[in-house]
Amino acid sequence: MHDSLILRVVAKFLIPVIVLFGLYVVFHGKLGPGGAFQAGVILASALIVHMLVFGPDETRRVAPVAVLRGLAAVGVLLYGGTGLISLALGANYLDYNPIGSTPVSGQYFGILLVEIGVCITVASTMALLALLFAERVRT
Amino acid sequence: MSVHLQVLIVVIPLLAAPLLVLLRGATAPWALATAVSWSVLAIALWLVAEVQVHGQLSYALGGWAAPWGIEYRLDAANAMVQLLVAMVAAVVLPYARLSAGREVDPEQQPGMYAAMMLLLAGLLGISATGDAFNVFVFLEISSLSTYTLIALGRDRRALTSAFRYLIMGTIGATFFLIGVGLLYALTGTLNMADLAERLPAVASTRTAHTAAAFLVVGICLKLALFPLHLWLPNAYTYAPSAVTALVAATATKVAAYVLIRFLYTIFGIHFSFGELPLSQILMVLAVIGMLVASAVAIRQPDAKRLLAYSSIAQVGYITLGLALGSVLGLTAALLHMFNHALMKGALFMALGCIAWRVGSTRVDQLKGLGRDMPWTMAAFVVGGLSLIGVPLTVGFISKWYLILAALEQGWWVLIAAIVISSLMAVVYIWRIVEIAWFQQSESRDHTREVPLGLLLPTWLLALANLWFGIDTRLTIGIADQAARALIGSAP
Repeated sequence: MHDSLILRVVAKFLIPVIVLFGLYVVFHGKLGPGGAFQAGVILASALIVHMLVFGPDETRRVAPVAVLRGLAAVGVLLYGGTGLISLALGANYLDYNPIGSTPVSGQYFGILLVEIGVCITVASTMALLALLFAERVRT
Repeated sequence: MSVHLQVLIVVIPLLAAPLLVLLRGATAPWALATAVSWSVLAIALWLVAEVQVHGQLSYALGGWAAPWGIEYRLDAANAMVQLLVAMVAAVVLPYARLSAGREVDPEQQPGMYAAMMLLLAGLLGISATGDAFNVFVFLEISSLSTYTLIALGRDRRALTSAFRYLIMGTIGATFFLIGVGLLYALTGTLNMADLAERLPAVASTRTAHTAAAFLVVGICLKLALFPLHLWLPNAYTYAPSAVTALVAATATKVAAYVLIRFLYTIFGIHFSFGELPLSQILMVLAVIGMLVASAVAIRQPDAKRLLAYSSIAQVGYITLGLALGSVLGLTAALLHMFNHALMKGALFMALGCIAWRVGSTRVDQLKGLGRDMPWTMAAFVVGGLSLIGVPLTVGFISKWYLILAALEQGWWVLIAAIVISSLMAVVYIWRIVEIAWFQQSESRDHTREVPLGLLLPTWLLALANLWFGIDTRLTIGIADQAARALIGSAP
């Protein structure tokens, strides 16, 4: 692989900013434009930039495939688990009202948990797809 | 807690899927998946009992009240569909340990069980929900997991058949979504009960007609109604045996349920069969499907493929029943959905036993198996008799009702078609029976019977074929209740 100092330095600058922006989009999603899907894709793009610049092997060391696969499952569990919390608190499935002290804060925390779950799953699945394709191209 | 069972029946398999991905090995995922399928069966039985008492159950998801939020609404029709899906899954999953253990890469087994759980969640979700858009979401969940499950087959052709199914299935899902979108544009609601109330006012608009056309074509692709069945034979033939048994017994039945729900509950019988000529169209396609698919089945060299074509013919019977537009016809369609799941499940599982021992399901490989594997072949014969419609089996019950429904409206042609198609079923089942019991194999050594882990689940379904063929109180009771509710709900 052709090595470029400029690319590597710029990528090292860019990746933290991309991650920060991804986190901003997920936490700000309910107030402004954005949301969990977009945030997940932005987070995954940080890993994809990493993969393009440093090579798939290096990325697999930073984010092993097994971990990404596990995270993809954990995100879904977080979403579904939020629904189970409302069941445990005596409300209907996915009714966020009882999660907080008031219905408003309950809806706030409920939707935040769900969004974080979606974000984790989308981000890890996107990164996983990119890594698997990279492997396929090489073989 | 019991009020929540209506949603838990979908949530339990849905959340089991990501848990399975986190597990390692093959035994732990299998044990969890089996436990889930049995608990789902218990819930389904409880819900059926509940529906028979109360008639209808409603659940507001997320606490948002009905026409705005997503409502889960259960009546006799979908409780019956849930029961059949849960029953088949509860039998196929124990069977999958040995069957898929030999046919699927050990590394991929946790993923396979996860996909099976997603399929279960999708199918149960379709039948649980009272929201038209929610049907689409679950349709996609079940379809996507089916594509991956089919692609797990050892034969490389499994990949192309899964891809073909993916293309056809996506077209079907898109058509369905366009139809739902048009209905939403027309009425501003997605709740099924609400749609049923608002549609009559706009029934004669072109938008309503277009929506119905898109919906029916989309659902019929999933249903594999002739001539939209092209994805089915390869998909069933090259998938792993346990997957074929699960998918063949459930997926097309749930699609038939969706068709019934849209034609009867949402559009209503006056629109579907009065305003639109759907009765005639579906009847013609059903009859052609019954005859052509049965004729093609006779000449198939592979027993799995033979049964796949027979499934297309059976879809024809179901469609014929629902296209008659009478209580009796609808009862026959619902009965045949249930009964066909039992017989095809038993038959495909028996073939899975053969594949486990012999490694192939080609008809010429079956020579002498009647002597080597008497129990497996006996289960196959029970399933086959049921498929033909011999008295004391479930196949007889549903065909009897179908003939009664046709007779009620004086459709002698239909009765002739049903009888001819059944006679063709005699031919293709007899072909296998003759080869297995009356011919000696020259090339193959003697094989032994398969272990109980495979035989017991297969026989459970085979015995269910006899049980529900003799004691019909449960099945006919629910089917009749469902048919009356569906026709009565027409505006």
